[in-house]
Amino acid sequence: MASVSAVAPGATAPDPLGSGAGRWRRRAVNAFFLGPALVFLGVWLVYPTIRTIIRSFFDRAGSEFVFLDNYRSIFTNDTLLTAIKNNAIWVGVVPALVTAIGLIFAVMTERVSWSVAFKTVVFMPMAISLFAAGVIWHIMYEKSPEKGALNASIGVVRDAFTDDGVLKAANPSTPMLQGSAARGFVLQTPVSPGGSALLGLTAIPPAELPGGARQAATPSAADDAISGMVWRDFKPGGGQPGKVEAGELGIAGATVQLRDEVGKTLASRTTAADGGFVFQSVDPGSYRVAIASKTFAAPYEGTSWLGSKLITPAIMIAYIWVWAGFAMVVIAAGLSAISREVLEAARTDGATEWQVFRRVTVPMLAPVLSVVFITMLINVLKVFDIVLSVAPGSSQDDANVIALAMWRTSFGGVNDFGLGSAIAVFLFVLVIPALALNVRRFRREV
Amino acid sequence: MAARIANASRKLPVHLVLIFVAVLWMVPTLGLLLTSLMPTDIIGEQGWWNLVSEPSKATFENYSHLFDNNELTTALWVTVQVAVGNTLILVIVAALAGYAFAWLDFPGRDILFVGVIGLLVVPLQVALIPIFSLYNDTGLFDTVLGLMLFHVAFGMPFAIFLLRNFFIGIPKDILESARMDGASEMRIFFKLVLPLGLPAIASLAIFQFLWTWNDLIVALTFGRDTQPITVAIFSQLRQFGTNIELIAPASFVSLGIPLIVFLSFQRYFVQGLLAGSVK
Repeated sequence: MASVSAVAPGATAPDPLGSGAGRWRRRAVNAFFLGPALVFLGVWLVYPTIRTIIRSFFDRAGSEFVFLDNYRSIFTNDTLLTAIKNNAIWVGVVPALVTAIGLIFAVMTERVSWSVAFKTVVFMPMAISLFAAGVIWHIMYEKSPEKGALNASIGVVRDAFTDDGVLKAANPSTPMLQGSAARGFVLQTPVSPGGSALLGLTAIPPAELPGGARQAATPSAADDAISGMVWRDFKPGGGQPGKVEAGELGIAGATVQLRDEVGKTLASRTTAADGGFVFQSVDPGSYRVAIASKTFAAPYEGTSWLGSKLITPAIMIAYIWVWAGFAMVVIAAGLSAISREVLEAARTDGATEWQVFRRVTVPMLAPVLSVVFITMLINVLKVFDIVLSVAPGSSQDDANVIALAMWRTSFGGVNDFGLGSAIAVFLFVLVIPALALNVRRFRREV
Repeated sequence: MAARIANASRKLPVHLVLIFVAVLWMVPTLGLLLTSLMPTDIIGEQGWWNLVSEPSKATFENYSHLFDNNELTTALWVTVQVAVGNTLILVIVAALAGYAFAWLDFPGRDILFVGVIGLLVVPLQVALIPIFSLYNDTGLFDTVLGLMLFHVAFGMPFAIFLLRNFFIGIPKDILESARMDGASEMRIFFKLVLPLGLPAIASLAIFQFLWTWNDLIVALTFGRDTQPITVAIFSQLRQFGTNIELIAPASFVSLGIPLIVFLSFQRYFVQGLLAGSVK
């Protein structure tokens, strides 16, 4: 970082005669060097800023002075309120998370010899446009586990911990059996020890029948047992509902529960190949038998990352993926500037690694961390492209942010330049505190 | 020896975590690449990881279709023009101003410089509406030049800041002795300052090139038929799912060039980043 001397360096050679010609010559030189830049700044930054501020007090057509009406709309219009709320979430979550992740990566890479390779990999998304990053993550977020990598991974993890049921879905064959696949089916007639429960199901495609199914047959039961079976109460040609007939197959592997009168589950069994099950040594009384919902556990169909609920977190993940490298590189540069001796001294004094990190590294990095944090704050307030590309379609309303709302209001069909200008000024006002910090930092250096 | 092994095993978790993170960070980009290589009949039907188990299925047919698509090749050409053109203009104009702020003496210089720094945080959203009207009135709307000039202006505050801070680090003696020898400011600028400032200029150029190559909002606002690649992809994206065979390769091409630039000039890029953020 170049330090800036407060005294103006003697630039042009002194004009010994102080003549008018020399002064004009000097002015011409200054104009040559400075002029083009000032034209650009004047025409494309200063003039539009003033114009936009003035425009924000006028109505949509630009003819009528409405004073603060447009600003009032920002806080009453539902779409814009959603945008502000979402942007507030962005500000609350993303800068802190990016800074923290950058810090963790920077500290960890210091310990390995291949840190350059690691940094290159993590930093690489920075070279990609936020727009392209959005496209990349859109593909990652595809809902179907067949297509979306993220849901495919979740599906694999989920399958490792939970079993799918033996059936996808089924309907009861008689009205005696009530419920749904999601809650389980309960036989409405009470059963006592010595009795049996026939749990018939229909609407099961032959292809979905559990393998090795055999002809359904009720196991004979002892006096103190409740027996029964779960079977496909259907055979080619129909058959009579509620009756076990030849050609009807048992459903193996279904989970059957024995419940008391109030619905509390007392025991559960898994059906055999012929669909039969037995609850042994049941106390006298009246019970209910049910097919548990576990039998019907449907396979994972994918989390809806691009749906209205998760869209904002999903975009944030993509955004953090892009910016973590920036935070890491800047913090790593700050880290390498910390004197090794201070860290070594702390270690020699018996500080643990965690204490060194918490009490020495982080405080010494504080200026760098705040730079990263403030930079991210400004970036997040202006977030735009990535929202458009992750959420190009219907979920855009739910993912809306201020910069996007400004664009859509002004150019996306509504074409309200008055309200659009007001949103732009609102955005500008939000980033002014960051401007103040930047200028103060600069002043301190001068 | 034992100590070294103990040390290595203590670091093992760090290695494992970092490897995991590195893989995690590469997977999304890899996913886009593999998607773009999938044959047309299964793209959009199957996940890209199926290509990992059957690499022989990979094909470049999507890319050849892409380069047959007039709209997208035109868009690519527009992007090249805008990105290269605005970078050149910016570097020259900002270097002149940076030199003036560093080594020329004129009244109000420091205040003016603080003003330029202040412009760093003007969100470009603030300028969109007035410039839209201005471009419509002057015929700059929907032109490559219009896009270029807008980018130059919004790159200007950072560029001046970066170059001024670099130029001021040039030893005063060198400049003084050149002046003693009667060299004009122009001569000093072109023969001394520009060559000495090359590292900073390189950082700036790479930055600006990447920034404008990747731009979406400016192009979306001021272009209609003059579409850079990001806008062209975006209009395809609105019908996502039906034309992934076009979007995936186009996106990969659009990020491939910045990626090459970044990997070739990584050092300058990081330098510029550090100069820019540690203000």
